[in-house]
Amino acid sequence: MNITSLLPLAVSIAIVAGFVTAGEDSTLTIDGEVFVTKAAAPAHLENVDEIFSGWTFRLDETQALQMDDFDNPAFVFVDQALDQFEMVEGSAGKACSSCHDSAEVFSGLRASMPRVNSAGDLETIPELINNCRTERMGAEKWKWSGGQMSAMLGLIGLQSRGMPVEVAIDGPAASFWEKGKELYYMRVGQLDMACSSCHEDNYGNMIRADHLSQGQINGFPTYRLKNAKLNTIHGRFKGCMKNIRATPFKEGSDEFKALELYVASRANGLSVETPSVRN
Amino acid sequence: MITMGGTMRLTIITLAAAVTLSSTVFAEPTAPGNIKFGENGEVELALTGVAGDAASGRKLFMNRKKGNCLACHVNSDMVEQTFHGEVGPELDGVADRWDAAELRGILVNSKNMFEGTIMPAFYRDSGYNRILKKFDGTTILSAQEVEDMLAYVMTLKE
Repeated sequence: MNITSLLPLAVSIAIVAGFVTAGEDSTLTIDGEVFVTKAAAPAHLENVDEIFSGWTFRLDETQALQMDDFDNPAFVFVDQALDQFEMVEGSAGKACSSCHDSAEVFSGLRASMPRVNSAGDLETIPELINNCRTERMGAEKWKWSGGQMSAMLGLIGLQSRGMPVEVAIDGPAASFWEKGKELYYMRVGQLDMACSSCHEDNYGNMIRADHLSQGQINGFPTYRLKNAKLNTIHGRFKGCMKNIRATPFKEGSDEFKALELYVASRANGLSVETPSVRN
Repeated sequence: MITMGGTMRLTIITLAAAVTLSSTVFAEPTAPGNIKFGENGEVELALTGVAGDAASGRKLFMNRKKGNCLACHVNSDMVEQTFHGEVGPELDGVADRWDAAELRGILVNSKNMFEGTIMPAFYRDSGYNRILKKFDGTTILSAQEVEDMLAYVMTLKE
């Protein structure tokens, strides 16, 4: 067999591979800012050498949507949250803006959450928001994955966009992190799979028409083309568990908070992409 | 005008019941808990007394709520279906590599053969962690569906 007879085969392989791995080597830039979408794995990861943003697993068209804020459908919700930020609600007659000059004061927060607070509890951004609403504003709590909450999470997360994810996993966070790691490797449901079955052992492979990613959460809340809304981290965990025919933990539960910390730590070193676009 | 008389209708119903009854009498399916696995996880005995139907198995293979095998395996016999998965090995010629007992064992519960595999057990009804209520006590495929699937994969020869 000579080289020329192999050429068509090589070309067809390249086309197939090009489709499947679309954009793994492309660069995510937004307004000239370059994002880290692949990096050396953090030291605590035992089975993975390199970490990749979910963006690198998506097709060119989906990737492009995130590269321009005018095309990114998530910004419809971020704009709603900007209005909400000024809205007076509750018995104390306050808005978010009564205490916080602007959303920009939350720069950096998203990159370090969840974290352990001074009381020794693992806390997440939705809990901080709801604490403000009930304690300072005298307003009703928002639902964990409701429209107002996910929009506000988008606005707050945006303030850290481009910063490296850097959640603490040692000190007071260590026990929460260990629990989250245990959950990550725990098989559940009738399909009897763990997070790791797909997102560690099989990332990069196609599962029917889906290109399996590493399940990184550095872009959350994320706008999914599938449901045309912003999706929260715990909402996504819940969806995954149902897919494998498992009874999901509750959004905001200790289990999902611990899992959030562990999964967030697997992206230490990637850029925050909030609000990202996925399929 | 001729109408179906009461006796006639009764006879048909009785006949239908007898047919259903006879097939269950001759083919009491083996319960998931009573399966005998061989040393390497193979299952020699058929799960039912009714021979597997390859055509039915082929449909189960691509059905997303049933076998959904195509989600993880390439199968050139189904080129009309787009997007074959890459998680498991390709199944072209799988019947040349494994015999019926081994393939039945893999379908029933492949974890007996391949420790730590991602492949779900298709005929196991207990021992799950946090199983969603509506699936509790059920198997992904029925005994007959396992036999149908087996009949189909046994046709995958090169």
